[in-house]
This record gives sequence, C-alpha cells and structure tokens, in this order.
Amino acid sequence: MAAAAELKLLEKSLGLSKGNKYSAQGERQIPVLQTNNGPSLTGLTTIAAHLVKQANKEYLLGSTAEEKAVVQQWLEYRVTRVDGHCSKDDVRTLLKDLNSYLEDKVYLTGYNFTLADILLYYGLHRFIANSNSASICPNPAWRHRLLQVYNSGYPNTTCCPPSGLSFPYAL
Amino acid sequence: MRLFVSEGAPGSLPVLAAAGRAQGREELLISTVGPEECVVPFLTRPKVPVLQLDSGNYLFSTSAICRYFFLLSGWEQDDLTNQWLEWEATELQPALSAALYYLVVQGKKGEDVLGPVRRALTHIDHSLSRRSCPFLAGETESLADIVLWGALYPLLQDPAYLPEELGALHSWFQTLSSQEPCQRAAETVLKQQGVLAFRPYLQKQPLPSSFEGRAVSNEPEEEELATLSEEEIAMAVTAWEKGLGSLPPLRPQQNPVLPVAGERNVLITSALPYVNNVPHLGNIIGCVLSADVFARYSRLRQWNTLYLCGTDEYGTATETKAMEEGLTPQEICDKYHAIHANIYRWFNISFDIFGRTTTPQQTKITQDIFQRLLTRGFVFQDTVEQLRCEHCARFLADRFVEGVCPFCGYEEARGDQCDKCGKLINAIELKKPQCKVCRSCPVVKSSQHLFLDLPKLEKRLEEWLGKTLPGSDWTPNARFIIRSWLRDGLKPRCITRDLKWGTPVPLEGFEDKVFYVWFDATIGYVSITANYTDQWERWWKNPEQVNLYQFMAKDNVPFHGLVFPCSALGAEDNYTLVNHLIATEYLNYEDGKFSKSRGVGVFGDMAQDTGIPADIWRFYLLYIRPEGQDSAFSWTDMLLKNNSELLNNLGNFINRAGMFVSKFFGGCVPEMVLTPDDRRLLAHVTLELQHYHQLLEKVRIREALRSILTISRHGNQYIQVNEPWKRIKGSEADRQRAGTVTGLAVNIAALLSVMLQPYMPTVSATIQAQLQLPAPACSILLTNFLCTLPAGHQIGTVSPLFQKLENDQIESLRQRFGGGQLEESLELKAKAPPKPAVVEAMATAGPQQIQVLTDEVTKQGNIVRELKAQKADKNQVAAEVAKLLDLKKQLALAEGKPLETPKGKKKK
Repeated sequence: MAAAAELKLLEKSLGLSKGNKYSAQGERQIPVLQTNNGPSLTGLTTIAAHLVKQANKEYLLGSTAEEKAVVQQWLEYRVTRVDGHCSKDDVRTLLKDLNSYLEDKVYLTGYNFTLADILLYYGLHRFIANSNSASICPNPAWRHRLLQVYNSGYPNTTCCPPSGLSFPYAL
Repeated sequence: MRLFVSEGAPGSLPVLAAAGRAQGREELLISTVGPEECVVPFLTRPKVPVLQLDSGNYLFSTSAICRYFFLLSGWEQDDLTNQWLEWEATELQPALSAALYYLVVQGKKGEDVLGPVRRALTHIDHSLSRRSCPFLAGETESLADIVLWGALYPLLQDPAYLPEELGALHSWFQTLSSQEPCQRAAETVLKQQGVLAFRPYLQKQPLPSSFEGRAVSNEPEEEELATLSEEEIAMAVTAWEKGLGSLPPLRPQQNPVLPVAGERNVLITSALPYVNNVPHLGNIIGCVLSADVFARYSRLRQWNTLYLCGTDEYGTATETKAMEEGLTPQEICDKYHAIHANIYRWFNISFDIFGRTTTPQQTKITQDIFQRLLTRGFVFQDTVEQLRCEHCARFLADRFVEGVCPFCGYEEARGDQCDKCGKLINAIELKKPQCKVCRSCPVVKSSQHLFLDLPKLEKRLEEWLGKTLPGSDWTPNARFIIRSWLRDGLKPRCITRDLKWGTPVPLEGFEDKVFYVWFDATIGYVSITANYTDQWERWWKNPEQVNLYQFMAKDNVPFHGLVFPCSALGAEDNYTLVNHLIATEYLNYEDGKFSKSRGVGVFGDMAQDTGIPADIWRFYLLYIRPEGQDSAFSWTDMLLKNNSELLNNLGNFINRAGMFVSKFFGGCVPEMVLTPDDRRLLAHVTLELQHYHQLLEKVRIREALRSILTISRHGNQYIQVNEPWKRIKGSEADRQRAGTVTGLAVNIAALLSVMLQPYMPTVSATIQAQLQLPAPACSILLTNFLCTLPAGHQIGTVSPLFQKLENDQIESLRQRFGGGQLEESLELKAKAPPKPAVVEAMATAGPQQIQVLTDEVTKQGNIVRELKAQKADKNQVAAEVAKLLDLKKQLALAEGKPLETPKGKKKK
C-alpha cells in the first residue's frame, strides 16, 4: 500500500474530515505532508503521529512513558524492518519474533490499542495478503482483534487481560 | 530497570549519553553482555543495547531507549523530534552502518567511507543552517540531538570524516561532543582507541546489505518541497510584473577579455588533455564539459569571464607515439591538437582560448618561474638512480615501467604508483621491473636531476590554504586529497627528465634534460593566456581581482592544489592561485556485471558517429556527472533519460506551451490575469530558479540540472490541471483562463530556455528562435522569474525539440561500443592526465597506426612461415615468433581487442 493511501485510510478511521494533501519524496517515495501552520512533515510514522494528535486521540500514542516509548519502538520497527527489503527468511524471522512477542499480550503495548498496532498491521498486510499460507500470518488472534477495533473506528480501547484467549500459534 | 550493553556496540553511545536523564528517577543497572548474546527472549537475532523495564517488557531500539529516558525526565514528544528520529532510523542508519563497516571492518578510507553518508551529512547541515537554530529541534539540546550525535560519533570523531564545508554540522557536533554526558559516554565506549573500539563488535555483524548497490547511483537527489510565505509570493509577482524592463544592459563583448576593476572577473580553466589521447566521455565530463557549463553560466550572470584550455603536449608519451606513427613529436602534436579541437567544437565547448603547451611563451614563463625558485633556494640538485632500458636505449619514464609493488606485492604496479594499495612508488624500488614497451628488464643508472623543495614551501602552502579553503567552493574530494597529502608531509619532487621533447632546463649541465610535465603542465594555463593576450599578467598576477576556478578529475588535484601553488608561492611573483578547485569523481562505463569483461568506452570522435546530437550527449553526461560520487554511463539509462526527461518532460512542456500560443492565439501571447494559484506557481518557479542559482554558484552542476527538470514538471502539471485546450472552447471566462495559463506556460518555457543554455546550448537557441525571445532575455539570467514574453508578443514557428531514442538503435550502439576492449580501459577514469596513460593511449590508436601494425603482423607472419618452411634454427624461429606475438599484441591493443591467452599457459 502506498504511504499516501495508507495515511488517507488512517485519516478516515481517525474521523478526520478535512483531507490532507500528500506528496512523495525520493526513490523510496517517502510521504510528505504540507501543513498550514508550519513546515512540512516527512515520514510515515511522523505524519501518522501528527494525525493522531490532530484528531485529539493522543491516547493512541500511549499514556505512560513506557507505553509511549514502546509505541515509538514498534513504529520504528514498522518502517525499518517491515518496510525494509527483506528476504523470505527475514520475513519469517520477523513474523516469528512478532508472534512470540504477542504471545502474552493483547496489543503491542500490552492491553492498550495504539497507533503501533494500526501501522504494524498495515505494514504486515502485504505479507499476509500475498500469501495463501496460514503459516505466514503473525498471531491470528491479534489480527482478528485489530480488525474488530478498526471497524469500530478506534475507540479508546483497553482490553481486559486475555482470559480464555491464549494464542500460542505454531509457525 | 536494567540496561544491557556490549563492548564496542555503537548504540551504547546515545543510550549512555541519554541515561543521565533518568538518573534519580529510577534505579538503572548496567550489565555488559557478549555481542552475540540474545538478551530479548522474543527476538531471534542478538540485539544490544537493550533496556529491560521493571514491567518485564523490553526496549530494543536505541532511539526508543533514549526516548524513554527523556520521557522520564518530563520531556514531551513533538513532531520535529519524531521526524528526526524516523529519518535517523530509515535514512541515516543504513548509510552510516555501511560507512562504518567500510572503515572499521574493511579498512577503507577517504571517499569510500564518506561517500555513502555524504548526502545524509549534508541534509543535517542544511537543516541546521536553514533554521539557524543551534540544535536540531530548537534552541536547546534535545532527544534528536543525542540520538543523532550518538549515531554519528563513531565516524565523525575522526576529523577527516567531518567535512569542513559543512560548517553548521561542524559546530553542532563540536558543541554536543564537549558536553559532559556525551563526553563521558564517548570515553566509556571508545576507551581512547578511536574508531577501532568498534571493531570487535562490528566484525560480528553481517555486511549491511540494505546499502549494497546504492554506491553508484545515477538517481536524482531528493527534491525537497518548499513552503511559501505570502511575502515570497508577493515578491515573486512584483518581480514578474517588472518584465523585460528590469534586465540590465548587455555588457559589450571585449576582445581580448581582460579583468575589469570592480567587476566579478572569473577565470576558468579545464585540465589540459594530454595530446596523444583521443578524449573519452570520462575526460569530457570530468573537465571541459563541466567547465563549459560553468563558463556559460558565468556569462549568463554577466560576469567577466575567460574560459581557457589547451592540449598538454610535452613528455615521453608524445615521443613514443611519434616513433610509433613515424612522425616527429611536433607533427604528432599538430595532428592530435586538431583532433581535440574538433571534438570539443562538436561538443560545443565555448572556449575563449584553446591553446597548446608547446609554445615559446611556455618556455619563457616556465623558465622564469624556475629561475625565481632557483635563486630563492627552493630547487636543489641530486643524483637519481633511474631505470634505463638498454634495449630501447633510453631512460624509462615512470609510466613505462611495471613491476611488483614493494609495499603490497601487487604484480602490475606502475612506476609511479601502485593501483592496488595506492602508495606512491619510486620506480627503482619496484621488484622485477619490466620495460612496458619491450618487456626487457631495465638497469639502474644514475643521473643528475633537479628537485623542487616542497618541504621548504609547505608552511607557505598551509598558510595559503588556511586563507583560501574556508568559504570557498573546493569540492570535498579535493579538500580530502590535499589534507591527506599534507598530513603525510610533503617530500621533494624531481622536476627534470632525461628527454628531448619538453621545456628545456636553463641550467648548465642540464642541456640534454627537460622539465618533467607535471612541473610545467599547469604553467600551460598561464602560457596559453599569454599567447592570447600580451596583457596576460592582468589575469595571472592579479589575485585581488581575479576569481580562479579550475576544473579537473580528482587524480589531478595534487598538481593543481599543491604543486603549482607551491611553485607559484615560491616564485614570489604575486601569481593568481586557484580559489575554487572543482574535482569530479570517476565515470564508469556500463558497470553492470555482464558487460564488465567485454566493455569498452565511447570516445569523443565516436560520439559524433552515433547520430545522437551533441546536446543529448551533453545532457546525459551532465545528468550523470560524477559529482560527489562515482557514476556510470549506461546506454539503457541514456535512452531512458532522453525519452523520459527530455522528450516527455522538458520537450513536451515547451512544445505544448508554444503550440497553444500558435494554435489558439494565432502565435500571439495572450493577456494574463493571475489567480492565486498562478501566483503560487510563479513563486514556486522563482524559488526553484533561485535554487538553481545557489547550486551553480557552488558549481553543483548535476544538481542544478534537476532544478530545470523540476520547473518543467511543475509546468506540465500546471497545463494538465488547467486544461487550456478545453477551456478555449468554453465561456468568455474560460477562454480568459486558457489565455492566462498559456501565457504563463510559454513564459516558463522562455525561462527554461535560458536556464538550459549552459547545458544544451543548441536546444536553448532553438527554443529561443521558436519563441522569438528578445535578445537581452536570451543572454542574461536574473535571480527572479520575469515575464519576458508579454501579452501581444509574436512567437515564431514551433516544432518538436527532441527525438525518441529507440531500443534497437541503442542496442546496436551498445554492441558496437560494448565489446572487445581491454579490461583496463573499462574504467573510464574521468581524467585528463598530464601523465600519459599508456593503455588508453594504445587502446585509442588511430586507423593509421592500426594499418601500420596490421602490415607488420602480416610481414612478420611471412618471415616466420618462411623460416619454418626452411626448417631454420629453432632458436631463430622462436625469436621471430616472439616478435610476431608482440606485434599481434600491440595490434590487439591498438584495436581495443582482448588479448588472446597463449595456449597451454595460465589455464589449469
């Protein structure tokens, strides 16, 4: 998914009515957002975090220092690892790592749904969409929960600790 | 919480520097682990540094750890910091890890290391200077500064990798490095071992694969999007409205061009091509073409400009060539000087003078400089042990000896330098020396020679460089080369040779010697000017009024940046010294895996036979100019760039703009009523034009070409969005809109024709004729976009500017030029050497020489056959066969064919 389309989708789900204009820069087509009051912003996760603030949904960036750092860590993971040109082996490792990380968590920060879940899911979508094999899907339970949250427009979601939901998933 | 670090892991730097922020807030334990220890249970691959939080969760991203420490201290996240950190992770890190890997693990140096990160370093520098803030995200040091400082520190702590011209980056880095937390982190991690401290860790890391293959790139630099303020828009509109009236009067043409007090006097030289080589594309882009763009630009700015070049004609290689072709050295020079002049004429190089070095002026000025150096004690005599080939009966110039490198054991080291380890070699130190011409072993003979005492002049040179370099436009590679020469200390250099074809040495006992070409070749610029005007001293002994730009490939930097300045400083005659030394990197030819073993170059005279116009060659060579990094000539890419950039972008826009005026408005530029959108476009074009000027003032030729293409892209988009071809059929208002769009577009086309002039002079003139652009507007380029084609202006006949290059056409050219050449000539080094390059010289032999050799091979072949038929003495046959093989080899070299390996040898 091209970055601009991804950001448009994010805008829509955040309930931002006024659409922003995006351009792309360089050979990697990094998205650029022209803002009205200030310089332009460059970079997918930078713009995404900006949109979240614009929509007054700061909780999607995490509420404690720890959560905030974790969110940013996974956002970085998205643009460096998931978007990096990786070999099949790299993808496999990446999914295995994610799966094992998510084993005892509902969302990437633990129990709170954040921007990191959204962007990581978008990023992984191409692997999942391009593959018929179930083995290439990271933690289907996480994926299922995410779909539910997306469809309800990102409410401030805090999940209960996983009761009855355990997701050991063999790759 | 517990922080896991590893010895020599670069990530420890920012993390330790930021850790101070968390102090007193939570307890921090630090553990050191091995580089291959898996600390994070859910990660397959080892990763350090890692922060284990009290909740049990892990932070394994260096930036996230730093961010966490900052968040603990109450800092709040902001967009700008996020942007810097995202950039650091996605752009800076891949480049940096490649650079560090080259430096630390592979032991590379200089441009090899700096190349990958240069763009990123420039980006930081530009951001700092544009915002004029001392720190990345504002007035105070913050997270972004610490993360970037930590990432950059391993490389930049060695001043050799902190380019001087990046002033803002320089002071930012120094400021941070001197702060206590950073200092402490650096001490802890580097342990005073410098960059080697990272070696044990980096050695265990995989090769940074993501960066491979990006090193040679013809792709454009990123285009930054500008934000426009209302003032900028208003200013652009005001300037536009002033139109032709704001153009200053044209400065009258002078002959000869001489410096004028109070004006900007620009003296431009291009490295003197060595006479017996037909220049190849690398030579052309490396000096004459690059200098031509700047000279043409300089004239468009109405600067008082003199552009000179000429052939460098003295030296051994000329003598050898003369022997080969059975001509005198003078005849050889006359012949090849004409060949050079023709090639440059075809490429439309706008020399004011294209001279030569074999003139009485050259002798006079060289001898004068020499006498001055001699009386001032900067020249001394010494006995030199030199290699002499008894078979060829002459002393061997460095380039005519080959042998085993005494430093690294490389088998094909040249007499002056080893291509493998790069060390300078004294020819007699070569092991197993061989005469390159006859392959016999030369003997050591002693001979008296003169030396330029560079160590005595070193201090003056450093003083001069100290004054000249800051604020000048010396290219980074030139600065780097000079810096490393100075770091190693200058050594005396021999300036005489046992030759006939050269400038005579005016000293008793030296009657049969001449000056070594590298001493007098750079004096060629002065003597060529002296042949142009007897008032040459007004250019060359006038450093106060003259701005000297010298263009060359990087292998010529020592002669222009060091040797000539030393001679001139020692002569104490107020010589004009180089203000801006502009050196290119190398241009490769079709560097793909498959063509490598069979590749050939394209040479100046062959370019004409391809049927591709000179301006297209100019465009493509300038588009891939090896500026800042090596680049590669590729036929496919040339086709692509011609068809996409010239045909579909530039040509399409200019042609449409003109056609609309002809078709819809009877060739008469319509009335323009600017809407806010038009005004914004005006401002965008103005900004891009100013960017173009900024770049060309700094001689960033390749980058400035992008500005032209960007403007034309804006133009195409503008036409596409506004659809004048539909509106012209609509209401009165629609028709007026169509008029405005057409008028503005055709004015952009006029501006582009002037901006294009330095790059594609013929195409530029064609556009200007088609648009009937008024004369002053053709010859002057201001920093503002003016309305030069006002309403009512009548344009001429519009026709397409460019032709599509077809695949089969390019394919046949690739085959014609892409097969059967020696591997050595594959790398078309972008140089115009005062030193002769033997292989290239032979590889580019003229048809005459090939004919002579072919005849000789036939003759020798007959001799061998006869001897064999007569059952002659075995040794005699062997000797004649050896001669035959040698001749065949020479012929193969001359024709540019690969050598046939003798049967039974080397094959295992």
